[in-house]
Amino acid sequence: MTDLLAVRDLEVEFHVLGGVVRAVRGVSFRIRHGSSIALVGESGSGKSVISQAIMGILPDTARIAGGQIVFADPEQPGSTVDIASLSADSPQIRAIRGRRISIIFQEPMVSLSQLHTIGDQVGEALHLHRKVSKKEGREITKTMLRLVGFPDPSAALTCYPFELSGGLRQRAMIAMALICRPALLIADEPTTALDVSIQAHILKLIKDLQGELGMAVLMITHDLGVVANIADEVVVIYQGQVMESGTVKHIFDNAGHPYLQALLKAVPHFDMKAGERLVPLREIDHEPGPMLAAKAPWPPGADDAGPLLRVSGLRKSFEARKGGILSGNSQNSVTAVDGVTFDVKRGECFGLVGESGCGKTTIGKIIMRALTPDAGAVVFNDRGTPVDLLSLKNDDLLPYRQKIQMVFQDPFGSLNPRMTVFDVIREPLVIHRIGDADSQAEMVKELMHMVGLDPRFLSRYPHSFSGGQRQRIGIARALALKPDLLICDEPVSALDVSIQAQILNLLKDMQAGLGLTYLFISHNLAVVDYIADRIAVMCRGRLVEMAPREVLFRNPVHHYTRALMAAVPYPDLDRRLDFTAAGAGTISDPAAWPEPFAVRESRPCRLIDVGDGHFVLAAADTDPRDLAGC
Amino acid sequence: MIGYVVHRLLIMIPTLLAISLIVFVIIELPPGDYLESYVAELESQGESVDPKEIEFLRTQYGFDKPAHQRYLHWLVGMVQGDFGYSFEYRLPVSEVVGDRLVLTILISIATILFTWIIAFPIGLYSATHQYSWGDYGLTFIGLVGLATPNFLLALILLYLANVVFGTSIGGLMDPQYLDQPWSLDKVLSVLAHLWIPVVVIGTSGTAAMIRRLRANLLDELQKQYVVTARAKGLPQFRLLIKYPLRMAINFFVADIGSLLPSIISGAELVAIVLSLPTTGPILIAALQSQDMYLAGSFLMFLATLTVVGVLISDLALAALDPRIRLQGGSTR
Repeated sequence: MTDLLAVRDLEVEFHVLGGVVRAVRGVSFRIRHGSSIALVGESGSGKSVISQAIMGILPDTARIAGGQIVFADPEQPGSTVDIASLSADSPQIRAIRGRRISIIFQEPMVSLSQLHTIGDQVGEALHLHRKVSKKEGREITKTMLRLVGFPDPSAALTCYPFELSGGLRQRAMIAMALICRPALLIADEPTTALDVSIQAHILKLIKDLQGELGMAVLMITHDLGVVANIADEVVVIYQGQVMESGTVKHIFDNAGHPYLQALLKAVPHFDMKAGERLVPLREIDHEPGPMLAAKAPWPPGADDAGPLLRVSGLRKSFEARKGGILSGNSQNSVTAVDGVTFDVKRGECFGLVGESGCGKTTIGKIIMRALTPDAGAVVFNDRGTPVDLLSLKNDDLLPYRQKIQMVFQDPFGSLNPRMTVFDVIREPLVIHRIGDADSQAEMVKELMHMVGLDPRFLSRYPHSFSGGQRQRIGIARALALKPDLLICDEPVSALDVSIQAQILNLLKDMQAGLGLTYLFISHNLAVVDYIADRIAVMCRGRLVEMAPREVLFRNPVHHYTRALMAAVPYPDLDRRLDFTAAGAGTISDPAAWPEPFAVRESRPCRLIDVGDGHFVLAAADTDPRDLAGC
Repeated sequence: MIGYVVHRLLIMIPTLLAISLIVFVIIELPPGDYLESYVAELESQGESVDPKEIEFLRTQYGFDKPAHQRYLHWLVGMVQGDFGYSFEYRLPVSEVVGDRLVLTILISIATILFTWIIAFPIGLYSATHQYSWGDYGLTFIGLVGLATPNFLLALILLYLANVVFGTSIGGLMDPQYLDQPWSLDKVLSVLAHLWIPVVVIGTSGTAAMIRRLRANLLDELQKQYVVTARAKGLPQFRLLIKYPLRMAINFFVADIGSLLPSIISGAELVAIVLSLPTTGPILIAALQSQDMYLAGSFLMFLATLTVVGVLISDLALAALDPRIRLQGGSTR
């Protein structure tokens, strides 16, 4: 039997200002009928460009400069089409696109139009490629939506994407891609933007549907854990060239190429030994300078006043008006943070981990006084003097802005594009009137050294830096005031894996060198496991489990933590995900947890101490010994 | 839905009250009043003025009363449909403005349609063929249109219309139809004259709209959902109409609020050059001679149009965009 798709010596060029960029340089691989193949590489390696070439949806600046993409449609045995030779808008390729080959993208929110209903967008491809009546189309769409796991397909038809959760949006994307029952599905980082438990659901869904519809899957990803769980064959791409390819077993058992080995070492995982460092693909040189290190020493006995930060009984709810402006006002409130209590000790890194929407960012914002909680207290130990941060007003707050700083998630949105890097980093010093112009300039230079950037770049604007470099600029800005506590809100989740290791190592080194305390917020369990000393797991606004890092993910007690751990894909063929468990519905519904963890109105729950600083949320009358044995 | 509209209508009341106060203050700001400028004008023509007559007029029109009483008088009158008395024309304001209002609205609507019909296809073409010769050419023409003073264009078109088509200079109809009842010939004559002001007034608006539509579409064309639609196999043109254009159209709708009054009031200079029987020239004259009731009522008319236009565009936006309809007002 011939291959479903054969890519031969593919060359793709981008014509940009100042010349030609060869994004794909002589790539060859083939996809067999019904098989799963993974294209692996970091961002910029050209893997997405290959998928766009197969779909015929390359951007206008790109051109296929050579090679073939031969598609042998199983519906028309014996004949083949060279997609590379077709023009991007010819009727031939439009007949293949969306009908025989379809694609799903990384970010379901931006990949769906916000102005059209799910039913309209999912059914559109069907009406384009097949003659069906409106009623039939609606029925087929409904069947497809049920197949991808929509609980109520009829209602979903008239929903808009923004009314759905991230997981459901991606399911809608999948339904849209599969409605014409294609022979090949291209999945471009389909789970990168999703939480780990939803990721497992989506992977399972793709795998199930693949069997059901008999289609091949081309999975584009940088996550070797996903690869190990879903692929039959692997193609490793680096700078537009194939580095290595073969069966998944061959690749994982003898990762021969140094690039693949480096990729494996750059990603944090749970099998790392204590003190083991990640190895970024490209190291950055950085050094702390004398001005930053010269921080007033902590006075003796100051730690008796309590931990650096004590958060107790924090509660915050948001009012959301359901139904919108044209159908009356029915207020309903969402409790984002529900009685959260924890301490952050001086010099430690406290990790706060949870799925999106669990309230972890809200806590960070409350500590920064960007939001006001409904109840609770935040006490900051200011070198021996406990200060209630929430009671401070106006100018009294200013000194504490210097002591607590924040690093944000989005390195693009958090730097003002109209300020030079020098002005960006210097601004905190100007606001707090620290030093004169000369010493400020000196400090800015030192900060640049600190984060491993060349001070000659100071007069540039943020747009001329990569995402990782921008994040380092954001870190330099946060450190300018020599804070005691740094709140890092998902600092690496917008970055590529290879960059992620750089930033994590940088944060780790600085913590030791500058005596910093971190509150590290992330949805990525492995990242938190790598950087944090103590970790708290959050779900639906509650802390469900809190323990030192060595304990938490190796000996989880709470049902939710265990379910999260079970959903993490390992880059290891012997530990594939148990997909039968992943399909069993949502794990983040506190009322559906088994006894004694279930959270109900009728019964109080509290964090129960099971020893060694390990706390677990359970019914208030639970015996700690029972939990330890769970 | 109904509750929302009622709510918005109620909010209009204090808004209009505030505007009326501002309008009144602005009209009162210049020193003197209509009678003083009237006297000065008469004296400059060498005519003598009887102080008693002036005093009589002053009492009759209430110029001797304090400002707040005059304001209240004006306000109460307007609510009752009495817009006051124009000193200049010696007629009630409603009679001065009434006839011209119909023609003004006619020109305005024709201009809006002209703008849209020209701007949409050109904007679409420019955005989808960015940096092509067609884009550059149309952009050049658009910028020339934006930069040419309206009155200059008006004079040129008037000349051409007269030389080429033999249309009479100025006005909205041939002189023989003035003050005649409406007939087919009169309508044809109006149509023959209408295109000049429509082109003149519409040109700069069209150019601006092309630029904005192009910029908005260019933003949308790069979005991921457009790629998704392409990946389904949608033909280029259908895709363009269904997704990015639908997204980019919001600003057109949001624009209605400012479009109505700007087209009516922005065309005064052109109206004077073309001697159009619209409301614009009256407003200018009224402001110059401090004909306060006429000017004030006119400004209030524009303000009301703005407020109503904003309401219309808000309702249309809610109808068009489910995000506004379903998410509006939710706090974060």
